[in-house]
Amino acid sequence: MRREDLFRGSLALESIMTILFDGIAAGMLLFLISVGLSVTLGLMNFVNLAHGAFAMLGGYACVVLLNSYGVPFLATLPAAILVPALAGIVLERTLYRRLYAASDLDQVLFSIGLVFMSVAAAHYFFGAQQQPLHLPEFLTGQIHLPGVDVGVYRLFLIVAGLVVALLLQWSVIRTSFGARLRAAVDNQRVARGMGIDVNRVFSLTFALGSALAGLGGALGVEMLGLDPEFPVKYLVYFLIVVSVGGSGNILGSLYAAILLGVADVAGKYYVPQIGAFIIYAVMVATLIFRPHGLFGRPHK
Amino acid sequence: MTTSNSIGTPSHPHPGAAAALDRYRRSARWTPLEYLFWCLPILAYFAFPGNYLLLSQIAITSLFALSLDLIFGYAGIISLGHAAFFGVGAYTVGLLGSNGYGDPLLGLFLAAVAAAALGFLSSFLLLRGSDLSRLMVTLGVALMLYELANKFTSVTGGVDGMPGVEVKPILGMFDFDMFGRVGYIYSVVVLFVLFWFARRLVHSPFGQSLRGIRMNTLRMPALGVPVNRRLITVYTIGAGYAGVAGALLAQTNSFVSLDVLSFQRSADLLLILILGGAGHLYGGLLGAIVFVIANYLLSDMNPQYWQFWLGLILVLVVLFARGGILGTARQWIESSRQRAQARARTESPS
Repeated sequence: MRREDLFRGSLALESIMTILFDGIAAGMLLFLISVGLSVTLGLMNFVNLAHGAFAMLGGYACVVLLNSYGVPFLATLPAAILVPALAGIVLERTLYRRLYAASDLDQVLFSIGLVFMSVAAAHYFFGAQQQPLHLPEFLTGQIHLPGVDVGVYRLFLIVAGLVVALLLQWSVIRTSFGARLRAAVDNQRVARGMGIDVNRVFSLTFALGSALAGLGGALGVEMLGLDPEFPVKYLVYFLIVVSVGGSGNILGSLYAAILLGVADVAGKYYVPQIGAFIIYAVMVATLIFRPHGLFGRPHK
Repeated sequence: MTTSNSIGTPSHPHPGAAAALDRYRRSARWTPLEYLFWCLPILAYFAFPGNYLLLSQIAITSLFALSLDLIFGYAGIISLGHAAFFGVGAYTVGLLGSNGYGDPLLGLFLAAVAAAALGFLSSFLLLRGSDLSRLMVTLGVALMLYELANKFTSVTGGVDGMPGVEVKPILGMFDFDMFGRVGYIYSVVVLFVLFWFARRLVHSPFGQSLRGIRMNTLRMPALGVPVNRRLITVYTIGAGYAGVAGALLAQTNSFVSLDVLSFQRSADLLLILILGGAGHLYGGLLGAIVFVIANYLLSDMNPQYWQFWLGLILVLVVLFARGGILGTARQWIESSRQRAQARARTESPS
C-alpha cells in the first residue's frame, strides 16, 4: 500500500518534471519567434503584427526543401533564416520604411493587411492542410534520465534558444552594431549627425528580426504545426511574450516566453476545460498593472 | 458650449467666436445630402426585393461600424476586440430565445444592457496606457470571451453555435418572414433611430469634448473636462450599440455562431471603418455598404482570394488614402475649392 503511494508520488513528480521540461521547450520556441518582434517593437517602435508571417515563411521554406527536394532538416535551416530575412529587407525598403513615423494604428492596420495577404498566399501555394515534417533520426526519441524523460528534439530547442538569446544579448550590448542600433533608436537625428547610417541599421535590424522568426518557424513546425492560419493563430502568443517581457528587452522576452510556455503546457494538462483563457487573462492583467512588462523598465 | 467650440478649431486663424459658433451650429443641421443618403435604404427596398437578407446584413454591419466610430473616430480609443460586444449582444438574444423570451425589442434592450455593462467594466482597463496597450487589452478581452464561449458548450453550443433562436413577432404584429423583408425594415429602423441619437450625441458639447480629447488629451482637464468619465461614457455607449448590432444579427438570422466573437470580425470592422473614413458617422456606413457588397460579389471566388484583396485594400488605404472614402473625398473637395479661390483671386485684379 505504502509502496503504491510512493510510486504514485513519483509519477506525479515525473509528470511535473515532464510538464516543466516541455513547457520550457515550448517557451524557447516562442522566444525564438517573438524576440524579433520584441526588437522591432521595442527598439524601432514599429507595431508589426505581421511578424508571424515571417515565421510562417521560414517554416514553409524548411518544409518545402525537406519534402520536395530531400534536403536534410538541419541543412534547410539556413534557408529558413535567409528567405524571411530577404523578404524582410525587401518589405522594409519598400513598405515598412514609409510608416516608421506613422501612428500605431496605421502600423497595425498595415501589418494586419500584410497578415491577410500572407495567409491567402500560403493557402494558394501550399493548401490549407497541416504540413508534415519528418525529423532526422538523431533528433527523435527520448533520453531516460532518473525522474524525467527528455525528448531529444525538445532538448535541441532549449539549447538553440539559449544560444540565440546569449548571442543576441551580447551583440546588442557589446558589438558596435548594437551600439549603433541603440543610438539610432534613442535619438535618430543625433545618430545621423554622428555619421551612423540609420536607414541601414534599421534595415539590418528588421532583417535580423525576420530571420529569427523564420528560424523559429522552421524549428516550430514539429511542435506548433504549420498551416496558412499560423500568423493569426499565434499572434497573441507573440504579443504576450513581448508585452510581458517588456518590449526591447531580450532577456525579459526569454523569461516571459518560458513562463508562457510552462503555463500553457501546464494549463492544457491540468485544466483543459478553460483552455487559453488563463493566458489571455494574465496578459490583460500584466498590461494593466505593469504596463512596461514584468521584466521591463519604463522608457524615459 | 463656447469652450468646446474653441477646442474644435484650434488651428484656424481667429474667424471670430460668433462665426465659429455659427459654423458649429450649422454643422449640426441635417444637410440635403444626408436626406438623400437615407433615401437609399428605401430605394433599395423597392429596387432589390430579392436581396433583403443581404440588405439587412448591410444595415447591421453599418450599425456595428457606427458603434466603433463613436469610440474610435470620436474618442480615439483604438480597439481590436470590438467583436466582444457584438458577440455578447448576439448571445444574449440567443439565450433569451432559448429560454422562451423571444420578444425582439426586449432582446435588443437586454443585449444593449449586457454589452454596455461589459463595456463599462472593461473601459476602466483602457484609461491608462498607450494605443498599443489599449489594442492588446481589447484584443485580450475579446479573446477571453471567445475562449469562454468556445468552452462553455452547455450554454453557448460551442463551435456548433445556437441554431433556431426563437424570435417572436415584433410588437406582437410583424412576424419575421423567411425572405427577411420584415427583418430588413426592422434593422433599418433600428439603425436609423440609433444613428439619429449618435448624431445628436456627437454634435452636443459632449461630442465636442470627445473630439477635444482625441486631439489633445492633456489640454482637456485644463478646460474642465473630466477626461476619464467621458471616455468611460462613450465606451459604454459604443459597446451598447455593438450589442444591439449583434442582437439584430441573431434575430434576423435566428442563429448565433461562435464567429460573432472572432478576431476576424474585429479586424474586418476596423477595415470597414478605415475604408469609409473614421470620425464622420457616415464613414462606417459607406464602408459597410462597400464591404458587404464586395464580399457578396466576390464570394463566388475562393474565400481566400477575398482575404487577399482585403489585405491589399488595407495596405493601400494606409499608404495612400488615410482618410478613407469620406476623408479623401472631403480633401478633394477642399483642395479644389481652394484652387478655385486662388484662381479667382489671381483673376480679379486683372
